[in-house]
Amino acid sequence: MRAIVVGAGIVGAACARSLARAGVDVLVLERGAAVGGTSAACEGNLLVSDKTPGPELDLSLLAADRWATVAAELHEELGAAFPSVEYERKGGLVVSTTADGADALRAFAATQRTAGVDAQDVDTAGALALEPYLTRDVTAGVLYPQDAQVQPVTAAEALLASARHAGAIVLTETEVVGAVRSTDGRLIGVSTPAGDHGGDVVVNAAGPWAGDVARRLGVHLPVLPRRGMVLVTTRMPHRVLHKVYDADYVGATQSADADLQTSTVVESTAAGTVLIGSSRQRVGFDDRLDVEVVREIAAKSLRIFPFLTSASVLRTYGGFRPYMPDHLPLVGADPRLPGLFHVTGHEGAGIGLSVPSADLLHALVTGSAAPLDPAAFAVDRPTLAPYLEEAS
Amino acid sequence: MDVLVIGAGPAGMAAAHAARAAGATVRVLDASDGTGGQYWRHLPASRPAARERVLHHQWDRYRRLHQSLQSDPGVTVSLEAHVWAIGQDDAGLTVHVSHGDVDGTGQRTETLRPQRLVLATGAHDRTLPVPGWTLPGVVTAGAAQALAKGERLAIGERVVVAGSGPFLLPVTASLLQAGASVVGVHEAARPRRLAREWLARPWELVGTTHKVSELAGYARHQVRSRVPYRTGSAVVRIHGEGRVEGVTVADVDDRWQPVAGTESEVSCDAVCLGHGFVPRLELAIAAGCGLTDQRFVAVDAHQRTTVAGVLAAGELTQIGGVDLALAEGEIAGWVAGGGDPSAAHLSHARRARSRFRRFADRIEAAHGIGPGWTRWLDDDTVVCRCEEVGYGTLTRVASDTSSVGLRSLKLTTRAGLGLCQGRVCGRTVETILSAASGRGSVPFADHTSTDRRPIAVPVRVGDLARPASPDVPSPSRKDPA
Repeated sequence: MRAIVVGAGIVGAACARSLARAGVDVLVLERGAAVGGTSAACEGNLLVSDKTPGPELDLSLLAADRWATVAAELHEELGAAFPSVEYERKGGLVVSTTADGADALRAFAATQRTAGVDAQDVDTAGALALEPYLTRDVTAGVLYPQDAQVQPVTAAEALLASARHAGAIVLTETEVVGAVRSTDGRLIGVSTPAGDHGGDVVVNAAGPWAGDVARRLGVHLPVLPRRGMVLVTTRMPHRVLHKVYDADYVGATQSADADLQTSTVVESTAAGTVLIGSSRQRVGFDDRLDVEVVREIAAKSLRIFPFLTSASVLRTYGGFRPYMPDHLPLVGADPRLPGLFHVTGHEGAGIGLSVPSADLLHALVTGSAAPLDPAAFAVDRPTLAPYLEEAS
Repeated sequence: MDVLVIGAGPAGMAAAHAARAAGATVRVLDASDGTGGQYWRHLPASRPAARERVLHHQWDRYRRLHQSLQSDPGVTVSLEAHVWAIGQDDAGLTVHVSHGDVDGTGQRTETLRPQRLVLATGAHDRTLPVPGWTLPGVVTAGAAQALAKGERLAIGERVVVAGSGPFLLPVTASLLQAGASVVGVHEAARPRRLAREWLARPWELVGTTHKVSELAGYARHQVRSRVPYRTGSAVVRIHGEGRVEGVTVADVDDRWQPVAGTESEVSCDAVCLGHGFVPRLELAIAAGCGLTDQRFVAVDAHQRTTVAGVLAAGELTQIGGVDLALAEGEIAGWVAGGGDPSAAHLSHARRARSRFRRFADRIEAAHGIGPGWTRWLDDDTVVCRCEEVGYGTLTRVASDTSSVGLRSLKLTTRAGLGLCQGRVCGRTVETILSAASGRGSVPFADHTSTDRRPIAVPVRVGDLARPASPDVPSPSRKDPA
């Protein structure tokens, strides 16, 4: 079997690795440079803490297990000289700073526990013991030991290098411009300016640009970009020990609102910088620096970590997160065009969800047992139907 | 304020002066604590020196510009004003400024919406890495010059000067004036190339004679001081335990590749390295200005960039020195201030501009960096000093990832991610990664560069969190130099 994976971000890299290790001939086509889009402009979250019970949480729990294995495999395969993926199961701490927020946070954690999440209630003293530099205004906290972090760029490059070792070929600066179809209408390849490439399956893993790739292949896909911004400070001694979120972060990740939303996520990186996020904003692919967004993220971070007031912001990461209108990832065959699979729509969770999504794709492509029920992520799921029909 | 000028070096000062002459009100921002830029760096007013005129070319021009800007109520000069970002929105550009000592806390921030903007942000000096260059006692040519001009300090007693370009001559002169003994000056360009570029088409040098004689003056001074000046020669290794004790020099070929068997050791206690200049492009890029293939800000005959209302002058458009900067600044300021671009009084500046541009072309042709220099690096030579990334790491990661994207390569190696934001190592990192990933001179596939820095200088979270004051000029601090 031969598969063409379109897109060499982390999702494309994970899919290429998964298929190539199963013996599939894999060709990865990337419009620009590998790991040059969303995967290179984000935090590297592997979170369960921000998910409400449902299919995406199930996929996230799978991710929490699988990343520990995959990080070890990559280290063993690529050696110590390859840049570290910096996998760290450091745990997440969600905190509230109001009485109402505390009640909502406790209630939310209780529902997550019923879905299998390790969510441990902590009081003010407990939160301060976990994070000594936290604001004294903290009213409640929930510790999520399953939350983890990777360095997203090295993680994606490592997955891609591993795919190459398993036989995958990666062509960068190769843009897919159209479909190659058989006489019965099945997708049997893609065309590029340099010529056609044949494949039994084509995997659309182009992230926020997956809608554009789908259109070139002949189907409408309602995937849209949502801009997210993260601030990066100069290096400092480690004072933030977990991934720490303001409780309103969960609300923002679940929202369809176009207006700017910011909610605080603060964490340290292995390099010693602190990442301060994040925003979500629907502005198309406008990548101009919006200073008001930077200001709002900065101001809100001080609500939970007052010591950051003297930290210096050195860089920003502004990236586009791919989201579906029903806010669920898309992993599955497109029934409208046999031969085409989509793996996209992970919004801000794509780094973590790349690996289990690739597992699921692998099962669907090869017909092996799926690690979880694929129906919720399918193209023909009921919640997505209105958006597919809308444009047709 | 009609015209905002960013940078108070020669180009910015000339621009502010000309914009006033055209009738505009002007605001000038500069990050340092005095006007004059890198070129006219001088002792602070509290420690005036009688010798500034000797130490500075065109010092009288500086005094005249400074006095006219200071005495003019239509000009506000804000010093220690750091432009940390330029934003673009549908209404135009916003210029975000933080005021005060860069290392201090509690800086006031300010947001400006200029009608017209003159970018005169200048250049910083470029230094190629050499094994041992992180030892104490190794300084950049720019830093050596700044210490000599601004503090009257020499970097050592026995100094080796190496690199390329005419800037090595005034730096050597400053070192001698500050009391150092210069053991030798090693210019990497080969004599044949120097002769070809400097002696050809002599008629083009008409009108730049003061520049030529200025350089000749430095050269004579060095002959009198018995400073050996060697061409086609480079420092390829710096030795020492804990600090500089000596260097290895070697001949280099036309491509700047060291010639085996020509090495010799020289004892010294300090090394001054300078390999030209890199324009400070980040604000121009943030404003959306188009660049030339040579990576300078593209300007038309009136110094207008590709963005309406934004002009550029000085080293941003070409590394050309003070005379070119003054001419371009005068044209840019006059046009930005609403003056008639064909005004007769600009003809002097226009002629000077074309003369000194040709002069600058010669300098680049004669002294431009050759591609063979990377041969003098070891795997453990640190390239990015902020993040301590070695040459071997860069080449190995480029090979292991097969990456053709600069963004990914930076984030996997961490080169250029440190406090200087790649100002010191950026171009060098690009050169090494291009070669290692087999791109050669083909741009990276993600079309990015180390010149892009949306956050132009680090800014504190606490200062961001407070609302910025809108377009109200700060109380100006005019330095009485």
